[in-house]
Amino acid sequence: MPGSTSHSPAKAKIAVRDLTMAYGSFVVMRDLNFEVAEKDIFVIMGGSGCGKSTLLRHLIGLREPAKGSILFEGEDFTATPAAERGRFIRRMGVMYQSGALWSSLTLAENIAMPLEEHTQLPPGTIRELVSYKLALVGLSGYEEYYPAQISGGMNKRAGIARAMALDPDILFLDEPGAGLDPLSSRRLDDLILRLRDSLGSTIVIVTHELASIFAIANHSIFLDTATRAQGATGNPADLRDHSENPAVRLFLHRGEETEAPAPIRS
Amino acid sequence: MIAERMRHNLQVSATSTMMKIVPHWSWRLVSRDYPAIMCFMTAPEATPPRALWLRDGGRVLLDLSGEWRRGGTEPVIEGEAGDRLPEAYVTDGLGTFDSTLPAFLLAMIRRMEAAEPPLEGLPPNLHGLMELALAVPEEIEARGEPEESTPIKVLGAASMNVWAGVRSINEFTGQSMLSLGRFMAGRARFRPRDFWMIVEDCGAKALPIVSLISFLIGLILAFVGNVQLANFGASLYVADLVGIAMVREMGVVMTAIIMSGRTGAAFAAHLGSMKANQEIDALRTFGFDPFDFLVLPRMLALVLMMPLLTVYSNIIGILGGMLVGAAVGIPPILYWNETLSIVTLENAFLGVFKSVFFGIVIAMCGCLQGMHAGNSSAAVGLATTRAVVASISAIIVLDSAFAAIFTILDI
Ligand SMILES: Nc1ncnc2c1ncn2[C@@H]1O[C@H](COP(=O)(O)OP(=O)(O)OP(=O)(O)O)[C@@H](O)[C@H]1O
Ligand SMILES: [Mg+2]
Repeated sequence: MPGSTSHSPAKAKIAVRDLTMAYGSFVVMRDLNFEVAEKDIFVIMGGSGCGKSTLLRHLIGLREPAKGSILFEGEDFTATPAAERGRFIRRMGVMYQSGALWSSLTLAENIAMPLEEHTQLPPGTIRELVSYKLALVGLSGYEEYYPAQISGGMNKRAGIARAMALDPDILFLDEPGAGLDPLSSRRLDDLILRLRDSLGSTIVIVTHELASIFAIANHSIFLDTATRAQGATGNPADLRDHSENPAVRLFLHRGEETEAPAPIRS
Repeated sequence: MIAERMRHNLQVSATSTMMKIVPHWSWRLVSRDYPAIMCFMTAPEATPPRALWLRDGGRVLLDLSGEWRRGGTEPVIEGEAGDRLPEAYVTDGLGTFDSTLPAFLLAMIRRMEAAEPPLEGLPPNLHGLMELALAVPEEIEARGEPEESTPIKVLGAASMNVWAGVRSINEFTGQSMLSLGRFMAGRARFRPRDFWMIVEDCGAKALPIVSLISFLIGLILAFVGNVQLANFGASLYVADLVGIAMVREMGVVMTAIIMSGRTGAAFAAHLGSMKANQEIDALRTFGFDPFDFLVLPRMLALVLMMPLLTVYSNIIGILGGMLVGAAVGIPPILYWNETLSIVTLENAFLGVFKSVFFGIVIAMCGCLQGMHAGNSSAAVGLATTRAVVASISAIIVLDSAFAAIFTILDI
């Protein structure tokens, strides 16, 4: 099983310890514990509204945990004052569930803005980088369009292109496949695998698409709505066939009941 | 007349192919005034929907028959089953049905609070629909438990809200000041293009409305003043009245109120929808400070444009007064000289001085409400309303405070 056994704390890119997330007094999930190793394609799964986007917001430092901590490469991210988090955040690329492109800028400007802010590249190079990133997500020729002028699925893809603008170490994608047709969705899977293989990025994805989960993920966490705690972590195919948690098997079999799992090795 | 029209309708609708040519209004007329005829016309041979309770040995059956359609007659329920559910259904006489039938069954089952009601005997399509409707969703979405509310709790929550509001205003003010500090130190980053676009929007594009309102205000002041002053034969002093009122109060306050409704609301709506669309989050993750990037250029633009608009408004208001003056026989030259003699630079400066503060207030209220808007389009609307109400109130309160201060300082 690729990657599913090598999660020692030393190598962990992200380590989450006893994380409890809450909005005011409403606890979304409690006591999450998992690790994302370098070059993992890590999937966050769970029913609608269970707190996947919320977990992502915690991982990128937009919300403070109610309890627990998040470590990046062994360093406590949550204990770092917000002002000094820049050095972590600069290495992350995020695509939000809604795309979240800046609506007053064209696609090209959207992708160029982080480059202009954080690099000293000449404008010509930036322009080349922008067209390259847009080409990667299949949006060549849409440089001068505004987000409102393209479809929802295209907005998502442009969001991915922007997330990749600074060649991040860790890419966070919130439901990148939702709203894409099967071919674009497949293309996106390829893109994610390529990014991991050729750039060595670590990729954290929120997704419901089982086909895509089994095709690309090597590690995952399942958030269980019923218990408001993590249902299981592990390789998704393993979880599907061997998880002891019926909710996890049900989810990974699209709701088909399955018999109790065969005993797991080790 | 009506009777004739009705006869006409009946004739026309007798052949269904001709129905299309019956004008819409006449159908409505018929259906409202002659419901019985209408019924007869639409479904002459439809059997009415009927639910009949039967007993078959120890079992209770429900016989469903007739046409269950929207717009048909009310279902007839015959027989009694006490508060038992049917153990099976008989549907031999059942005609076509739309959602009314499953809705009727579901309501019946819900009333009995049965967990797994028998659906035996229903035709397959209806059976499928009922199964879907009855399927208890497992708890799909995490929900906060609704808490019991007592008056004490409501009061507590309300005061906590006020406290949170005060805190968020303080926080926002602090952040804005820090951002302003970074700007002074040359470290704040925003796009110059954004800034100039905001300047254009709250400067040049506001001129027409500011012109109109200021001109009319000048006109009104002069009219009202002239009616009183003419009694003493002191019409010329209309110029003094309009001049002082415009430069000290009316020009700046009216401009501020216009800008609250126009620009403050736009700020709140823009930032609010950016927030709802997670665009502000995206700024944060790319290391842009949303305060530097969004709030600062708006504040600077208003601080820059408010004094200019105020001066402009003062001049236009005085011109309005001059027009009325000319109408009542004060030559414009005389009017102008009188105005210049009373409107000192100091007076004129007071209004402009206030306008800077009003600009800050408008920008702060708009941006604060926008940045703190909820994540929905309704929340954006709410934020806009709040921004306008807050900034107009703040402007009036602030203006009163200035009036008090200036009186004490005797200026
Ligand atoms: N700003 C908020 N304030 C209060 N509660 C919130 C807020 N945002 C989300 N929630 C609640 O937190 C829970 C998790 O929301 P979240 O958006 O993380 O779900 P999700 O797993 O991403 O769902 P989906 O798959 O539909 O995107 C939901 O029950 C939601 O009601
Ligand atoms: Mg989500």
